[in-house]
Amino acid sequence: MKLENRESLKIQRAIAKEAMSAPAHRILVCAGTGCLAGGSAKIYDKFLELAAKEEGVEIKLSAKEAHASLPSGIHHQETAHTGVKRSGCHGFCEMGPLVRIEPQNYLYVKVKEEDCEEIFEQTIRNNRPVKRLLYEEDGVKYETQEKIPFYQQQTRLVLKNCGHIDAENINEYLAVGGYQALEKALFELSPKEVVREISDSDLRGRGGGGFKTGYKWQQVARQDAAEKYIVCNGDEGDPGAFMDRSVMEGDPHKMLEGMMIAGYAVGAKEGYIYVRAEYPLAISRLKTAIAQANEAGLLGENILGTDFHFQIHINMGAGAFVCGEGSALTASIEGERGMPRTKPPRTVEQGLFAKPTVLNNVETYANVPMIINEGAAWYHSIGTEKSPGTKAFALTGSVKHTGLIEVPMGTTLRKIVYDIGGGVKNDVPFKAVQIGGPSGGCLVTNNLEVTLDFDSLKKLNAMIGSGGLVVMDENTCMVEVARFFMNFTQNESCGKCVPCREGTKRMLDILEDIVAGNGTEDSLKTLEELGEAITNTALCGLGKSAALPVLSTLKNFREEYLDHVVGKRCATGVCQGLLRYRILPDVCKGCSKCARNCPVNAISGKIKEPFAIDLSVCIKCGSCLENCPFGAIVKE
Amino acid sequence: MLEQSYYDKADEIIGRHGLEQRFLIPIIQDIQTFYRYLPPELLSYVAGRLGINEAKAYSVATFYENFSFEAKGKYVIRVCDGTACHVQKSTAIIDQIYKETGLSKGRHTTEDMLFTLETVSCLGACGLAPVLTVNDAVHAAMTPEKVHELFEELKGKE
Repeated sequence: MKLENRESLKIQRAIAKEAMSAPAHRILVCAGTGCLAGGSAKIYDKFLELAAKEEGVEIKLSAKEAHASLPSGIHHQETAHTGVKRSGCHGFCEMGPLVRIEPQNYLYVKVKEEDCEEIFEQTIRNNRPVKRLLYEEDGVKYETQEKIPFYQQQTRLVLKNCGHIDAENINEYLAVGGYQALEKALFELSPKEVVREISDSDLRGRGGGGFKTGYKWQQVARQDAAEKYIVCNGDEGDPGAFMDRSVMEGDPHKMLEGMMIAGYAVGAKEGYIYVRAEYPLAISRLKTAIAQANEAGLLGENILGTDFHFQIHINMGAGAFVCGEGSALTASIEGERGMPRTKPPRTVEQGLFAKPTVLNNVETYANVPMIINEGAAWYHSIGTEKSPGTKAFALTGSVKHTGLIEVPMGTTLRKIVYDIGGGVKNDVPFKAVQIGGPSGGCLVTNNLEVTLDFDSLKKLNAMIGSGGLVVMDENTCMVEVARFFMNFTQNESCGKCVPCREGTKRMLDILEDIVAGNGTEDSLKTLEELGEAITNTALCGLGKSAALPVLSTLKNFREEYLDHVVGKRCATGVCQGLLRYRILPDVCKGCSKCARNCPVNAISGKIKEPFAIDLSVCIKCGSCLENCPFGAIVKE
Repeated sequence: MLEQSYYDKADEIIGRHGLEQRFLIPIIQDIQTFYRYLPPELLSYVAGRLGINEAKAYSVATFYENFSFEAKGKYVIRVCDGTACHVQKSTAIIDQIYKETGLSKGRHTTEDMLFTLETVSCLGACGLAPVLTVNDAVHAAMTPEKVHELFEELKGKE
């Protein structure tokens, strides 16, 4: 099937819409990375089997004639009564595997293969919810997905289709209004008007910097070059972030549509998506989506009968974090070492293959179709004045509900952690949120009322980064967290510039000394000096922000650092090197079991009298504590 | 010198991509996917075919962490040590795998070529922390006990 013109796209959309609403029930089995790990593939197969029995026919095609015109290679699992679909990520990963049943919108959580028959019997045949599989919080059971507090508090625009459509079926995307924005751009707007709409919307890059997307497009559009490129940064390398993965897996066409519109707007014929190799499912879904779009004539030559040509390629990363930096990413696509270069020239002037290039990330492109559809003014009605729209965050760490969320820009941290996230796990006191991964900073209790947007975070020396929010409770040692991030950045430093290559190494050395108990007050001063020097002199964005986690924890948790270097103790007990084992004299019965189990003979004493540990010999293995029958040994 | 079949395979893969430097990374990725490592001889061979010098190809292949000149085990286990997993004690998972396999910080592949252990910065499955993957299949919410069971199962298959 090739859609030759606007009319045939409209017809196809109508057919797809009808096909989607044809089944009396739709069973959407989540097939995101999280739920697949929980066994959702088997659940999907089981439902297919059950649906087949129900109809008494082999599951192949719906009775609807409409399907005859669907592109080949697309799954036709639906029957007239029950459609079984594999959806993308719902974002509520910790409750997976998830199964959503439409039209009732029941959301079943932690579903097992054995539950499928009951779901089929109760919900599909008898229209009743299976109560025990509904989500429960504080004694309340929530029948529909939309009522669950985790979802109710969100504004899902970019993630709207994730979990609701079959990510491997272009027709489902068409049915929910997909490629309408491309259609509008091609037939109703000039490239200039598209650029203006994006500029007016003040859409800012979701990858970290918050640079204005419209401005980038303008810069590329106005250059007179035969070749220009659209590049999508899907190298979501920040540990603790998976927003882009979910979009690529759950709604790949939305992002492709955004790239096509960008191509039309600036006059580019080719697009590249750079995806990290750690996301195999995203890569396969994108490949499927690109193949389907080609088959439908939405990619290729003379798209929908116009003179617009566009093709999209996928490049797989090879395990270098630095490739998330623009110039490193384009170097990698060119087959070079992924190292950043000095700027100018900027990517918009000399990007991929030294041609003008629009480089945006996945979430940014996924914002484009709705801005074209609904207009810049509408977009401004969401979020804050300077940071309009929504932002997806990956909420993880010590929080009750981990998962993927989307909220308007300017939502307070409190709302995200407490209202959506349900507060800190096990009701341990809140300590901090690490935002923006290894390039970000931490927000503390005082910052809970802070609104999350590009500018307010900048004032706090933190940044949205790609949107990872890792919640930390009182049991987290902030010095160790700083060491962890520095270790990451050090490992990933490409080595091109001295400040990053040597500076991060020295900072890591000092932090390792501190957590091992060998730090001094001077260490903290050196850390600050080095941190400032790196921030001011490193070549690329990654280097410039490498010291942020350390500087930010030093500022917010100076006491904790001092405790490590002066008091030689780690209050959370995380830093092994600072741990001390002590025998409580009044509890010890003098049985000598600890002394016999100590591998280094650090414990001595007289039988029936309290024993003692020689701390200069102790290697802190903990075997005494494990073996004491009286609980007389404590960790301090 | 490798067996001729290796070079034939390389030719087939090069044929799928093309003879330009921009295809160097995809080509060696495909070779590595097929052989589970990148035979150094093939890297030189590919460089020759693409008309780039060997040093250049070597500099690219060694820059990226995913390329390995050493053969990998049948089961490649990647443990996530990203922020969320680290906070949820991924170190204990790694220690348990060391125990199960006899591997250590400096030794990544078992002698019987069964297991290769790698740590990665983030698998993007933070909601399920701590996670590991066995040949790309994700295992969620791991504990040392679950690691033990997993290895019993994998060893049982052999």
